[in-house]
Amino acid sequence: MSIERIEKRQGATLVAPALLWTLVFFVLPFLAMALMSLSHLEGRSVVSGPDLRNYAKIFTEPSLLKGIAVSLEITALVTVISVALAWPLAWIIATRIPVRWRRLALLLAVLPFWTSYVVRSYSWALVLGEKGVVMNALVGLGMLSEPVQIMATRSATVIGFVHFFVMLLTLTIYSNLIQLSPNYARAAEDLGASRWQVIRLVILPLTLPGVVTGAFLTFVLCIGDYITPQILGGNNELTLPQLIMLQLGRRGDYPMASALSLVLMLIVTLAYLACARWLKMERV
Amino acid sequence: MRTLSWVYLGAIFTFILLPVVVLVIFSFQDGRLPVPPFKGATLKWYAKILADRDLMEALVNSLMVAVLSSLVAVTLGFLAASGLARTVLPGSALMRGLLIAPMTVSYLIIGLGLLQMFNQVGIRPSLLATGIGHVVINLPLCFAIVYAAIGEHQKSALQAARDLGAREWQVLWHIAAPMLAPSLAAAFFLSFTFSWDEFIIAFLLTRFDVTLPVEIWSMLRSGLSPATNAVGSLVFLVSVAVVVTLELTLFRKGSK
Repeated sequence: MSIERIEKRQGATLVAPALLWTLVFFVLPFLAMALMSLSHLEGRSVVSGPDLRNYAKIFTEPSLLKGIAVSLEITALVTVISVALAWPLAWIIATRIPVRWRRLALLLAVLPFWTSYVVRSYSWALVLGEKGVVMNALVGLGMLSEPVQIMATRSATVIGFVHFFVMLLTLTIYSNLIQLSPNYARAAEDLGASRWQVIRLVILPLTLPGVVTGAFLTFVLCIGDYITPQILGGNNELTLPQLIMLQLGRRGDYPMASALSLVLMLIVTLAYLACARWLKMERV
Repeated sequence: MRTLSWVYLGAIFTFILLPVVVLVIFSFQDGRLPVPPFKGATLKWYAKILADRDLMEALVNSLMVAVLSSLVAVTLGFLAASGLARTVLPGSALMRGLLIAPMTVSYLIIGLGLLQMFNQVGIRPSLLATGIGHVVINLPLCFAIVYAAIGEHQKSALQAARDLGAREWQVLWHIAAPMLAPSLAAAFFLSFTFSWDEFIIAFLLTRFDVTLPVEIWSMLRSGLSPATNAVGSLVFLVSVAVVVTLELTLFRKGSK
């Protein structure tokens, strides 16, 4: 055997366990799920297809169709608001705060990361509830005559999500900003640009690739999340993950849950392709 | 612009920190509901949760699942990264893609797929099943971190060891692992955090023995309670303590 072949065989031996794990516990379940989505439930038993009944149902039944729309709307709204709030924060920390306080400011900006995800949603339920701190303060200050219902509405879901993703995006945008050479801003200023012009026309465009990557991450994590809409949004309007869990719980409808999951994956894949294409265009 | 910056900073920090502050304050609430008015401080809710056997069991379960699944994920990721960094194998790009793929799929879908497969082959929902799921979500991360850390310098050191007659396991154990220790530690730490906090896979794949997030979830169903605040605050304070300790010891030493 040549040395090269020994090398290759040993390399393959090292990769094999991880590859095998991924094949058995990721690819195989996925194929099983894809197959399951092509069967359907009759009464309580699964009738294997292959047929497209579940998919036909998803695109004709209003409640399921609405779930997809609700998920897309919430995710789009959350992504836009989070970027809009996180960018100025990252910029202030990167340029306005004295260097020795920067680490502390960044640490404070992501402090709630360190409590658990379930607890974070719960604490927003605490804050936004009818008797919660916010309503209490607003009524106490005379800004509202009586509490407004926020909990169990879309607003609560959006607030909970934005809270999480502002932290995430602040980190990604900040790491982008501190890598920029200060010469860009100096050059623009020398050429007579005002401060706002520097930010809008120079710094902002330079951070766009980082922003798009962060926004994609936000999109993927937001649209696939079950906890936040379930705890904060309640059952008035269901998102796609809530619908998937509902199929499992109520009737044990695995075929439908599988079909909805594949739709969710399709949406994420489309978003990925859109971002990848945009980033490539940007680089050329 | 300076004033505007400070006003913005104040507003956004209030938004970010408000829920955590409220969570911690009302964990000391001397009353049945964790909402204003604050009726005075007590530690009885902490005493209650520390005496709660289900909760403590769930905490131990979570630690176990997090440590073991992270160890498996780091080991598999380390081996795969060393293998792929070593030579160009036929289909290298495809293998890398496959190993990274689970990163782009929602946890819910990974959990659902595993649940269905386990049902079909007769594996009951358990901590083991959850651990398997956690390795699936963390393996891509571990692989990517370690793979990125193997540069030309590392490759030539490994090659030198092989040329001097070291066996493959000796190369891995005596050369590669110590050389890559910082990234292995980072991969382990991140995996641990993700596993520790993961809810949906654990929710789908456990039944009687549950992990901490699932136990907290079932506490939520009985409505708002200062006891839940106390659990949340405790998790928060312990995590912050761990992070601060790591920051002060491990990373400070590393930077010197």
